[in-house]
Amino acid sequence: MYRQAKTGKLMIDILPDKCDFCGCCVGICPEDAIELKEAEIFIIDERCTNCAKCIWSCPIEVIKFNRDGVLTK
Amino acid sequence: MQREYDIIVVGAGPAGSIAARFAAEQGASVLILEKDRDVGYPVRCGEAISKAGVEEFIPSDEKWIKAHINKFSLNAPDGTEVILEFKDTGYMLERRIFDYELAMTAARAGAEILTRAYVNGLLFDGDNVAGVKYEFRGEQKEVKAKIVIGADGVESRVGRWAGIKTHIDFRDMECCAQVTASNVMVDPETLYFYFGKNVAPGGYFWVFPKGKDVANVGLGVGGMVGKERSALSFLNNFLGENHPKAAILTSIAGGVPSAVTLEKISAPGIMLVGDAARQVNPLSGGGIASGMIGGSIAGRIASESIKLKKPDHILAYDKAWHDRLGKRHETFNNIKNGIYNFTDEKFNKIAHSFNKVPYDKRSLGKIFASALMNQPSLLVDIAKVFVV
Repeated sequence: MYRQAKTGKLMIDILPDKCDFCGCCVGICPEDAIELKEAEIFIIDERCTNCAKCIWSCPIEVIKFNRDGVLTK
Repeated sequence: MQREYDIIVVGAGPAGSIAARFAAEQGASVLILEKDRDVGYPVRCGEAISKAGVEEFIPSDEKWIKAHINKFSLNAPDGTEVILEFKDTGYMLERRIFDYELAMTAARAGAEILTRAYVNGLLFDGDNVAGVKYEFRGEQKEVKAKIVIGADGVESRVGRWAGIKTHIDFRDMECCAQVTASNVMVDPETLYFYFGKNVAPGGYFWVFPKGKDVANVGLGVGGMVGKERSALSFLNNFLGENHPKAAILTSIAGGVPSAVTLEKISAPGIMLVGDAARQVNPLSGGGIASGMIGGSIAGRIASESIKLKKPDHILAYDKAWHDRLGKRHETFNNIKNGIYNFTDEKFNKIAHSFNKVPYDKRSLGKIFASALMNQPSLLVDIAKVFVV
């Protein structure tokens, strides 16, 4: 089962084990689609448009494109 | 804990603590909600600050000063080093202690603080913000307030919920990675900056000492660069080449909103301060001092609004901030856009011409003057910095 993004299939994953929870992606996300707590982060599927800005902004490369479960960046 | 406060501050960083303190000192009832379990930790900061920036709000204290800075070393891509000497310029902070002490000054002024309180929504009364929803130890709670001050950092969402446009263009975000490392031999009184496309395109690389063999080593790169290559890979490269024996004590990531302040930083019942309002000096990326200034203005105006029973008074905050610092940041932002687009050759040329200036006649102004010869269109903006 695919996770549903606002404009189709959700193609972005945040790798929580490697995330530093710095909030860079939350600050740039135009759709307010990333939820960040103390040490917990996730994408709100129905808001995400797969625009990839969070991927470009991540200083430590923990946000990746995910096509059919395969990490491709 | 009360059911209702005059003012709720979301976030206990420097901007939030100073806002709370200035409001509480004027008699307002204030509650600070902090999402992490400790005030001051985790640290996401290079930790350098000017002495004047600190002392406007708290007397200097060796407890949170790791190094006294009196020199800048600016390094061009070809290795040319320009040294600038100042007297009593600034400090390297231990932020986890500094933030803790600042929060304590807010508490002494009468503010209450609750940690591990994750704010996840706002309460509204019509169009006015009238409090916050938050999660505390697994329970969903609410608390009312006449004014909510969002000091929730670069990841701020309090403003968004209130309808203020806070998301920043990814090109304006400096994406940063930093380690605190030992076995890095440095002069403990010098801040080192490195420029150029190999170390930090669209930003700068820093080595900021926290002792003679310990330093914060990190960099910020513009969002456009991040598209091609991450800050982390630049950092690993630099460490491998220059400090192969470095022992990493901490390793952090972070985003610095390097642009002008948001167009709107207040709305009925809500004010934004610090990184949440994008009150960062866009040229240096420094945000502690400017965040504290923003916090002090917001705290003062919020308490006045409570005292006068005039809710609309908080809207005066936008102009008060713009007059004090916002306007300067606009100029700094124009200079940043000029300088960070320089080619390596330009940086080298500036360093060579500057090194002909006698040691005792050097100043940051003279560096800008050298930069000008390479980019005359910067003249207007630079003139403003020194005239305004």
